[in-house]
Amino acid sequence: MLTSIKLPIVIRAEINLVLVVVTALGLLSRLYGINFPKAVVFDEVYYGQFVSLYTKQVFFIDESGPPLGHMILAFGAYLGGFDGNFIWNRIGAEYSSNVPVWSLRLIPALAGSLCVPLCYLLVVELGYSHLTALGAALLFLMENSLIVQSRFMLLESVLIFFLLLAVVSYLRFHNAQSDSPVRLAWLVLTGVTCACAVGVKYMGLFTYFLLLGLAAVHTWQLIGDRALSNVSSLGSFFCLSMNISSVVLMQVVGPHDQMMSSAFQASLEGGLARITQGQPLEVAYGSQVTLRSVSSKPMPCWLHSHKANYPIRYENGRGSSHQQQVTCYPFKDVNNWWIIKDPGRYLVVSSPPRPVRHGDVVQLLHGMTSRLLNTHDVAAPMSPHAQEVSGYIDFNVSMPAQNLWKVDIANREAEQEVWKTILSEVRLIHINTSAVLKLSGSSLPEWGYRQLEVVGDKIYKGYQPSGVWNVEEHRYGTSQEQRERELELHSPTHIDINRNLTFIAKFLELQWKMLTVKHEDSEHKYSSSPLEWITMNTNIAYWLHPASNAQIHLIGNFVTWTLANLALAVYVLLFLSYLLRRRRKIEDIPEATWCQLLQAGVVCAGGWAVNYLPFFMMEKTLFLYHYLPALTFQILLIPVVLEHLHTHMCASLRRALHGVVLAGLSSVYLSFRTFSPLTYGQPELSAEQLASLRWRDSWDILFRRR
Amino acid sequence: SLHRPISNKECVAQYKDESSMLRSRRDKMNTGEQTQHDQGIYSPNNEAQSTVFFLLVVLLSFSTRLYKIMEPPHVCWDETHFGKMGSYYINRTFFFDVHPPLGKMLIGLAGYMTGYDGTYPFLKPGDKYEHHNYWGMRGFCASLGSCLPPFAYLTVLELSQSLTAALITAAVLAFDTGCITISQYILLDPILMFFIMGAVLSMVKFNRQRYRPFSAPWWFWLVLTGVNLSGALGVKFVGLFVILLVGLNTARDLWSLLGDLHLSLMDFGKHLLSRVFGLILLPLFLYVTIFAVHFVVLNKSGPGDGFFSSAFQSRLIGNNLHNASMPEYLAYGSVITVKNLRIAGGYLHSHWHLYPEGVGAKQQQVTAYLHKDYNNMWLVHRPNDSDAQSGEPDLVRHGDIIRLEHKETTRNLHSHLHEAPLTKKHFQVTGYGINGTGDPNDLWQVEVCGGQKGNLVKVLRSKVRFLHRATGCVLYSSGKTLPKWGWEQVEVTCSPYLKETPNSQWNIEDHINTKLPNISLSVLKPHFLEILLESHIVMIRGNSGLKPKDNEMNSKPWHWPINYQGLRFSGVNETEYRVYLLGNPVIWWLNLVSLGLYVVMVAAASLALRRGVQLDKRRIGRKHCRVLLEGGGLLLLGWLLHYVPFYTMGRILYYHHYFPAMLFSSMLTGITLDTLLQSADLWLRPPYSHWLLRGGQAMLFLAILDSFYMFHPLSYGMRGPLAHDPDSTMAGLKWMDSWEF
Repeated sequence: MLTSIKLPIVIRAEINLVLVVVTALGLLSRLYGINFPKAVVFDEVYYGQFVSLYTKQVFFIDESGPPLGHMILAFGAYLGGFDGNFIWNRIGAEYSSNVPVWSLRLIPALAGSLCVPLCYLLVVELGYSHLTALGAALLFLMENSLIVQSRFMLLESVLIFFLLLAVVSYLRFHNAQSDSPVRLAWLVLTGVTCACAVGVKYMGLFTYFLLLGLAAVHTWQLIGDRALSNVSSLGSFFCLSMNISSVVLMQVVGPHDQMMSSAFQASLEGGLARITQGQPLEVAYGSQVTLRSVSSKPMPCWLHSHKANYPIRYENGRGSSHQQQVTCYPFKDVNNWWIIKDPGRYLVVSSPPRPVRHGDVVQLLHGMTSRLLNTHDVAAPMSPHAQEVSGYIDFNVSMPAQNLWKVDIANREAEQEVWKTILSEVRLIHINTSAVLKLSGSSLPEWGYRQLEVVGDKIYKGYQPSGVWNVEEHRYGTSQEQRERELELHSPTHIDINRNLTFIAKFLELQWKMLTVKHEDSEHKYSSSPLEWITMNTNIAYWLHPASNAQIHLIGNFVTWTLANLALAVYVLLFLSYLLRRRRKIEDIPEATWCQLLQAGVVCAGGWAVNYLPFFMMEKTLFLYHYLPALTFQILLIPVVLEHLHTHMCASLRRALHGVVLAGLSSVYLSFRTFSPLTYGQPELSAEQLASLRWRDSWDILFRRR
Repeated sequence: SLHRPISNKECVAQYKDESSMLRSRRDKMNTGEQTQHDQGIYSPNNEAQSTVFFLLVVLLSFSTRLYKIMEPPHVCWDETHFGKMGSYYINRTFFFDVHPPLGKMLIGLAGYMTGYDGTYPFLKPGDKYEHHNYWGMRGFCASLGSCLPPFAYLTVLELSQSLTAALITAAVLAFDTGCITISQYILLDPILMFFIMGAVLSMVKFNRQRYRPFSAPWWFWLVLTGVNLSGALGVKFVGLFVILLVGLNTARDLWSLLGDLHLSLMDFGKHLLSRVFGLILLPLFLYVTIFAVHFVVLNKSGPGDGFFSSAFQSRLIGNNLHNASMPEYLAYGSVITVKNLRIAGGYLHSHWHLYPEGVGAKQQQVTAYLHKDYNNMWLVHRPNDSDAQSGEPDLVRHGDIIRLEHKETTRNLHSHLHEAPLTKKHFQVTGYGINGTGDPNDLWQVEVCGGQKGNLVKVLRSKVRFLHRATGCVLYSSGKTLPKWGWEQVEVTCSPYLKETPNSQWNIEDHINTKLPNISLSVLKPHFLEILLESHIVMIRGNSGLKPKDNEMNSKPWHWPINYQGLRFSGVNETEYRVYLLGNPVIWWLNLVSLGLYVVMVAAASLALRRGVQLDKRRIGRKHCRVLLEGGGLLLLGWLLHYVPFYTMGRILYYHHYFPAMLFSSMLTGITLDTLLQSADLWLRPPYSHWLLRGGQAMLFLAILDSFYMFHPLSYGMRGPLAHDPDSTMAGLKWMDSWEF
């Protein structure tokens, strides 16, 4: 101890120059000219909406997937000082000057470039030579599709980055000496990166399961090691399981948890926390509230009404009550405010406030139009098996008001429980018909402004989130007069969030329409099926210059894809033959090599399988870029198989293999060069050149003839 | 080097471990006689005892299932489907169902043998049978259902060598109200479960013959396994899961044979080939035979015709394509019907009604219609109306521009840049013009799929696409049903996405042209394998098409093991005779607890083995571990295979889908509880442990019997007030709010 104190403080640094070079090449290939084209490229149109919502600090519940990816993109926007004012409605639209294109695309590109050294490290950690690792990094570097996907505001490169990092850090953990303290750090890093990967896209979950399986096998081996004492083996077992599962579980549960996501949004200074702080907790008679549907299918929305009536006759000839429309609207609006009214009493909160409890009967008054929430035995517009819900208007046609609703708190812990803001999940049960106020899931046609339909469901059973509502914004109303009340409603709950509400309202309306179009039809010109991905039978046109032939396509490096498929086939053959022969006690390769090959197979071929096969089960629209994570792992298999062949071949074939490797690498490079105009969008190619690039008939390359 | 020595050492260690296990196994083989003797709780005395108990189980299970078999004397639940389909076999009319035919054929056969004449219509649940002979069909299903407890008894006896484990299993199954109810009616489930249990039993018996390969019993059980597999798959596709189970078991078996170095590769090859024969070729052959019988028996046109392709229909007596003759190549001036190639795609159809206000242009509707109708007829014209020609009419070729005129209304098939009624990204297709005069938007280019310019269009056999000249879109049937204004027919659109899908491919079905010579279409009669393939595609489409409707309560897989909600078989109101399919809750919850217990016990046992804890001071402990790991593992796998896949299914699910899995779960319960009670001596001293064992067993049987007594009205019928009424027979037994009795 003492001697160590006497030593001078020394930093010894070893720099792996290969790693540095590879990283530099990665950065160069991914970052070169990323603000070209200065236009919306493919799915940027989709992610851009979320980025704008985050940067404009508008409160919304992100149900399109896990939020971390969008947050990462929004962070890029934040760095670039983007104010969110851009209308993301069309692929190919020119960016206005306020959009910091460079910083928006920077983070995915950085993640994509860092994948290159990660590939190198991964192969090294698998126990293969540095030359092999270099080969893996080069193949990854020259993969056109990965470059394209990294260079825009898209999430795949971020996902791949986290996946690779998770695998590398797990292997580091596994390979480290058992007593080193750094080991634990690697384990923690594994957990954190797995969580991040899942946070970016749910597909990350499958790689996490793969790692979990690997860890389980390793632990089982550890338990079986009878040289270890019971205590230490149990200790290591617990250490491993606790670390990996707890970290990830926490993160996986996180995004679903209202509080977690709102905490993030509070940090963006526009979130739920700001809306809700200072609100009264207990809902009282006279409370002014917005009611949000607990269900977020098809999208999160608030109970809404507006000054428009149901059409007298629908397109199919059925009649309606012609009373005021009640809908569910996915955006903040002054028309989302309702007042909880004691039947036959005033509209203001008494002092002290009388809280509304489970089982109480209330009326719901629409704040802006003063209509009472009503339902009756008239078929709803889109779901004729359910009752229409309306704001009651007395047309003197012997259709009496039926506007009493019983409050039924679904998650109550006691009878007589008080209705609480945000926390209580409430069913509103109609007194006359015992129908339940419910989001039907379909949207209204043009006359209903394509908002979501709300119905009274008489055959409601069990717990369906579509029939449950909670109070999100809440205040005690003070004004009895309609005019005053309108003013009151227009004033925001706590602090002014939307100064220029009309602009935002329009802006959101536009976006929302776009989203509904996206949801409505799963057909897409460039959608493809998983089987087409292996052979790259399909491509995606990302961007086309409005005037010239310059264009960007998601097309992979054809040579690499073929080699990767070959490598997979060879690996499977090798594995099967070794496996069967070993079972008959014929040992072609030493035990250690077999274990190494096995581990490489689990990581690379397994990584490919878990990132690819699940797509066969999915019913959503699929695109070629969904295959990229799987491809990454598949590419890593090429050098692994080559090194294995090289080590276990007779000398004469070895020389031939050298030649093959060189030829392979150079053809990969050539193919990369050939397609790079489609990858970088420049230089512009002539129609003939483009036509010659159409290596497959099924590829869709567009060109103008002049 | 970077690969650390630790992992390799482990790998080697594990490998050595395995090889030593192999060695010990080989030793065991060498002293086969002795091994047999070792396991022998099988003494002659025990053998007799188990036979007595077996007979008791048979008696109990037949009496519980056949009791009140005639009640209620009306159609219950899905009897309306399967009874009806049984009748179709007796009447030999063709129908379509999403399940393979064996189950319904057996039902039909049972009805036929017992004097049912196939005349009862099985219109809807609740219809009285009156004088019709329905007891045969119900009795047949109930007899097969009665075989389940005895089969389970034998299986568990084989797996665990413990009489008590087998008895627990048999009691659980014999006294489960759910199993009783589902066996008592004309349904596919008892037949399916009979084959599943049969396959499992013969597989287990086959495993026991491991030490006497290629002996007569070895072959017998192998072939029987194969027969049962084909039976299970022939009733419902759920049979695939048991095939998977047997497949995995066989793979494991082969793997251990391969590792046995005393067996030459030649011998291994024999083993492999015999299994390929018994478990793949034979079942496949039987399965195909079932379909052959199905197609031979059903040779008359019936309600299922429209689901199938034109070629298929030409087989059916009474169908207009049967023995028909028509011109071979499409020609100008012909009258044709055009059928979409999507399975159940319908004929291109139009009628006098217009699209309503607000749906595109207010022109005449064009739809796809599943039934044969005069309005499906279209006339083929040249773009410029000059059909008046003498002699042989010209033939239509790939790439030709044509105009299709609707025969009845004389409107042309037309499309334009209005959005389609339901598929908003597509264009609307209408009927336009009068007496065949229209505008350039009526022109369509004929394209034979896979054809080249100048190819002729073959009737029935060519896949044709119609490309709209003006917009470049392709005639498309989306499969979506139009609202009331469109008479709930199927939407037809013009799709701008030109990918070749069956939705955009059509064939010419009827073709009438007096000026051309007819050829007989009997040459088109499809090959048997084509029919087989087509009917499978139709079944699979039909299965995945069974999507839950919005307003229907869908049962979720997690509901099932906890017995969350049953199914109403008969009756709703107080006045009616009610039967409610619900498992005996005591038994089901016992099963659920046992599953958990099993996992805990296995984890403990395998950890102990792995850490080398001295369990094997006494032989019995090791034997328990083996039964738990091997026998229990097989059953757990069976349960998982029959349960987990339902989570991934998009189709509508019902409570009764759980019953095959429940069989496995019950067998696992037998093994788990028995092992738990038997190993009481691990923590209690001998006299007490013995008391605990006996006490526990007695408690278990009493609980099962008592709960059966309480819940038996669920199966054998309830009348009078519902359970919430204190006067009801079921008063106080509605333990969960979700139960509906």
